[in-house]
Amino acid sequence: MSNTGVLTMESQKQVLERLRGAFRSGVTLPVHFRLTQLEAMMSLFEDNETQIIEAMHEDLAKPKFEAVLSEIEIVVNDICYAISNLQSWMQPTYVATNLATKLDDCFVRREPLGVVLIIGAWNYPLHLILLPLIGAIAAGNCAILKPSEISRATEKLLAELIPKYLSQECYAVIRGGAEETKTLLENRFDHIFYTGSQSVARCILLAAAVHLTPVTLELGGKCPCLIYGRLDMKAAAKRLVWAKFFNAGQSCVAPDYVLCTAETRDALLPFIKETLESFYGSDPQQSPDLGRIVTDRHWDRLLELLKKSEGKIVIGGESDKKTKYIAPTVVVDVMESDALMQEEIFGPILPILTIKSLDEAIYFVNEREKPLALYAFSDESQVVNTVLERTCSGGFCSNDGIVHMSLPGLPFGGVGASGMGNYHGRWGFETFSHKRGCMMRSWLLERVNVLRYPPYNESNLSWLRWATTAKKKGWAGCSVM
Amino acid sequence: MMKGRVSKVFYLLHINRKEKPHQTEMEKQVVDGLREVFQSGRSRPLQYRKQQLGALHRLITEHQEDIEQALKQDLNRNTYNTSLFELISIENDIKLAESEMADWAAPRPVKKNLNSALDDVYIKPEPLGVVLIIGTWNYPWAMILQPLVGAIAAGNAAVLKPSELSEHSARLMKELLPLYLDKEMYQVVTGGVPETQELLRQRFDHIFYTGSSAVGKLVMEAAARHLTPVTLELGGKSPCYVDKNCDIAVACRRITWGKFANCGQTCIAPDYILCEPSIQDRIVEEIQKTLLEFYQTDPKSSPDYCRIINTRHFDRVLALMNECTIALGGESDRSQCYIAPTVLKDVLPHFKIMQEEIFGPLLPIVTVNGLSEAIQFINAREKPLALYVFSSDKTVIKRMLAETSSGGVTVNDVLMHYTVDTLPFGGVGNSGMGRYHGKHTFDQLSHHRACLIKSFAMEGLNDARYPPLTAARLRKAKFFMQHRLCSCSGICVWAVIANLLAIGLLVALIVVLNVNILV
Repeated sequence: MSNTGVLTMESQKQVLERLRGAFRSGVTLPVHFRLTQLEAMMSLFEDNETQIIEAMHEDLAKPKFEAVLSEIEIVVNDICYAISNLQSWMQPTYVATNLATKLDDCFVRREPLGVVLIIGAWNYPLHLILLPLIGAIAAGNCAILKPSEISRATEKLLAELIPKYLSQECYAVIRGGAEETKTLLENRFDHIFYTGSQSVARCILLAAAVHLTPVTLELGGKCPCLIYGRLDMKAAAKRLVWAKFFNAGQSCVAPDYVLCTAETRDALLPFIKETLESFYGSDPQQSPDLGRIVTDRHWDRLLELLKKSEGKIVIGGESDKKTKYIAPTVVVDVMESDALMQEEIFGPILPILTIKSLDEAIYFVNEREKPLALYAFSDESQVVNTVLERTCSGGFCSNDGIVHMSLPGLPFGGVGASGMGNYHGRWGFETFSHKRGCMMRSWLLERVNVLRYPPYNESNLSWLRWATTAKKKGWAGCSVM
Repeated sequence: MMKGRVSKVFYLLHINRKEKPHQTEMEKQVVDGLREVFQSGRSRPLQYRKQQLGALHRLITEHQEDIEQALKQDLNRNTYNTSLFELISIENDIKLAESEMADWAAPRPVKKNLNSALDDVYIKPEPLGVVLIIGTWNYPWAMILQPLVGAIAAGNAAVLKPSELSEHSARLMKELLPLYLDKEMYQVVTGGVPETQELLRQRFDHIFYTGSSAVGKLVMEAAARHLTPVTLELGGKSPCYVDKNCDIAVACRRITWGKFANCGQTCIAPDYILCEPSIQDRIVEEIQKTLLEFYQTDPKSSPDYCRIINTRHFDRVLALMNECTIALGGESDRSQCYIAPTVLKDVLPHFKIMQEEIFGPLLPIVTVNGLSEAIQFINAREKPLALYVFSSDKTVIKRMLAETSSGGVTVNDVLMHYTVDTLPFGGVGNSGMGRYHGKHTFDQLSHHRACLIKSFAMEGLNDARYPPLTAARLRKAKFFMQHRLCSCSGICVWAVIANLLAIGLLVALIVVLNVNILV
């Protein structure tokens, strides 16, 4: 069965049936199988680095540097992490028991869910589909991958490479657009993992509700960047510029807009200019290190925002439709009602809004939907702590941008409108597992069980109360003492 | 029957849409009001949360009799049952949350990589906001208050919607809660389908629903509109496999207890038994002995035997007996919603009783030829909320665990995994999503915010990732992205000592009990 073409509903069902049959056979359960698949994924990257970089370049004019760091390295790191920790993740975790259940074994087993669906996005077309896949494989599931049709070259590459390296019985790539995704979602999955927009996420949740399928949604929003108080302007500018213009601003965790005082803005702008020049040279359009906008339609949308904006462009503003190029652009004097503040920008345009106090900035942020990431730049730990304590976001990073994503120990995910659930590292394994609480009771001590059987009486009740509340956590926790 | 239930709900939702006899503003005002107070930050301090938990504890202890009375009217539950099945678990959860909250809410450090060696990297649990907790009628207090404990501990505001079927409990809860808890942060909304429907139109930060799979789908659908995450504690048919190699007498005692407590109206009650034909009669015999011991000759007059919640469910459960061979019980009295503890033998898979969750005191026995067939039988059906296996043979247990899936498992007993608050309690597939009890409720109703606290120092390291690309920069960047730092864990001596002490206490308990029995 070929996985390279677009499939009809019937053929989609057939693929799903095949995977379900494979899952039922138990082939994905042994640790050895999972490790082999993960190692094969590693080989996929090692053998095809050039093709991957080429596909990224074709889809997004992604510079080699960015492709290596954000599409290859981050995934390979997670594979290594999974391979070295899988055995321990798979072990049942034993839990503390109360007095009445002291001689029983209580533990949590992590079990696979079954056949999962992973829907990717176009901005990091490899990473956003393969990082979840690591978790799915590690947890022992079968998986259908539905890459974004917008990043065509990567979609084609995935459809060719996945069946070549991974077990065709257990993993499949299904290609297609909105229609195919819609019919795919009519099927029953054991988990759906979606990265993308809020409007599509609602449709996915509705489709999932029909089958009571749990979902993970990695969405977006406007990630605010508060810059306040004393700070190292030069370092702040470098980190901000790097995080904002990486992938030409097309990152779900890119700092969407900046909130700072007028003085900070005026001090920062020269450093931003200087950094842009050191990164991309005096004519960024000539730099091999700056990406492009993914499609004409997205380019049009961004230009429209810029046109409608009532702010003042102080850096950049140049564009070229033919190459889908937009210069790294900074816009100041942006008001709350500005066109740039009505939707997630997802492009190389950085609005700076001025505020007069930290309270005002925090209030502004809290009036809006909870973002996927929130940034606070300040050398004053008091400022950072205040922002952290008084706001809410998927993730938080102080004095830098995006990099919190690269730590496999941290769960990556949104909250509220920016999503639900998380992954990366062990969290991916947990997301795709069912945590089954197990209790192995002893045949002995039926005498203790007598306490709970009818006919009921008060004395039994007090013994039972005592036995179930007595804890084992140290002297202080034991209610008998 | 499941379809009938779904269409009934849809019908009620449909007529309500047309008639709208009821105020639609009340629910919105409640939620908006709670959100405003939540955003003021009132529930952030741990001291506040502990105060509220303390108040909840007092509510239960000071009004235990009222609660018992309400449950007697709702379900003919006696006082012992109420304590055992509801109040003890709520109180344990409260005490646990009070003593552990500081630990639970503290930042949780995680592994770093070389790049972040000098940074603070941790997960910060934060409240979600306003949560909706929809309860159910079979354990009207536990099913609402246990999630509420976690919601309070995690710093959320909450709307409680108790089931209208257990109306005395709902009324009492609505009356008592504002007398003890901060009514600007926690409110009870009573009512039926229209009120629930209106609540579900509002935006919550989490919805915690306990009930049927059919309504669970509607809840998830409503939540989809606002991208609200949900915890669904649903049901299903929890199978109970009795191996021929086991202490059948003890197994049957335990099964009988778990099945007929609360008149079978427990989401994790053993729904049906699977066993080999050779032991079916023995099982019936042992259950009969146990029933006599528990409820004497006439369970109807036993103070320890409950009733079915209402005549609609009574009719539904009774109808399930139709095709079956009654081995024990079968008597009923509609005026009291009484159905005797009933065992049905030689039940076939296509019988009606095997098509839906029984939720009543009927225990069908389905015979299978051995473990493999039992596993096949279980796997051909939806994943249940609980699974039970009785066997003295470790390989049987191992296979059952490895080859099936379920929310939770108790081996050689029933229901008990529910009582261990360190075990996550929840379903999988059709039996639900998400988990709770103890710390798990706190985690379920919190947002785990990933935090990376960096300073401006070590900017030199960052140079590796900045354009323009050079081979040297790329190499350096790759190197620093890898993670090699390890964390260490030690053995807690105190934990070992405490364990030994606890075992000693258990031995003492046994000795005392034995002495009691001899006396």
